Amino acid sequence: MKANIYLYILVMALVTYTIRVLPLTLIRRQIKNKFIRSFLYYVPYVTLAVMTFPAIIYATQVPLAGGLALVAGILLAWKGASLFQVSISCCMVVFVLEMILV
Amino acid sequence: METNIKAFKEGIRDGTPIALGYFAVSFTLGIAARNAGLTAFQGFLAALLTNASAGAYAGFLLMATGGSYLEMAIVTLIANARYFLMSSALSQKLKPDMPFHHRLIIGYDVTDELFGISIAQKSWLNPYYFYGAMLVSMPAWATGTAIGVTAGNILTTRLVSALSVALYGMFIYIIVPPAKKEPIIGLLVLISFAASYIFSELAIFSKISSGTGIIILTVVISSLAALFLPIREEEDDTHEG
Repeated sequence: MKANIYLYILVMALVTYTIRVLPLTLIRRQIKNKFIRSFLYYVPYVTLAVMTFPAIIYATQVPLAGGLALVAGILLAWKGASLFQVSISCCMVVFVLEMILV
Repeated sequence: METNIKAFKEGIRDGTPIALGYFAVSFTLGIAARNAGLTAFQGFLAALLTNASAGAYAGFLLMATGGSYLEMAIVTLIANARYFLMSSALSQKLKPDMPFHHRLIIGYDVTDELFGISIAQKSWLNPYYFYGAMLVSMPAWATGTAIGVTAGNILTTRLVSALSVALYGMFIYIIVPPAKKEPIIGLLVLISFAASYIFSELAIFSKISSGTGIIILTVVISSLAALFLPIREEEDDTHEG
């Protein structure tokens, strides 16, 4: 029996939605437990940091370009640049550097 | 009403760079979809219904090898499990009396990026802010995937390479200001960078998928931090406002 692509997509969609919507609908109040509160407070920063490095240096053709984009992004964000500025600057750093190196 | 419109517009503004990055990343997802034998419409549909990158990618790979529906459910569950953590954290940014339907809609699009900008909001998350960001980013993700299926080679490698860091730029924007303000978060970010690097370099972890690696590192580092450096009481009020 050949599997149906639409059924595959349906399974993917249902599982993905369930994972995302359950915590939002089941946890409907502020958690009091100090450990869990601290844990959930730190999760976003840790998970975003883990996803950023070293992935950013593997995303570009030349690892150095991704590395410099990371440094540029951190400096700009530290100085208070906007989301758009930080994001675009990272792209520009990679584009220019790879124009020279590749 | 007026605050909601303002929040909606801010969501569109902050969603725009996300949409840009999505467009580039979903392009490569479309190429994976094509390799699995999907049409442009099927790729569009899969992207619009899942709003996932790694999850959808893993799904396409499974389609290509002809796995069972149960396998599809398990692979999707594993590749997307980090969203369970993110949604749990995000639940604490929702006003406790937020109506149920808002929770059902927000839950549809908890991606790494929309989660990021929502967490960066100063007070409770206004659902209309989230909807504004959804409005611009979801079509970009789905269209990019569809175009990737039909014409995976339009963008040059150089352009894809440059655009691919747009999303990381956004993560940087989200984590740096709080790291500057709170030394503990700065320390956690550095530890996370280092741990993530070691994790990716060590051969013994090479069999663990990157999605699972993210979950393991997030749970371990956040738990240790919560245990040894719990938040102080005044931070309990960060969500008021």
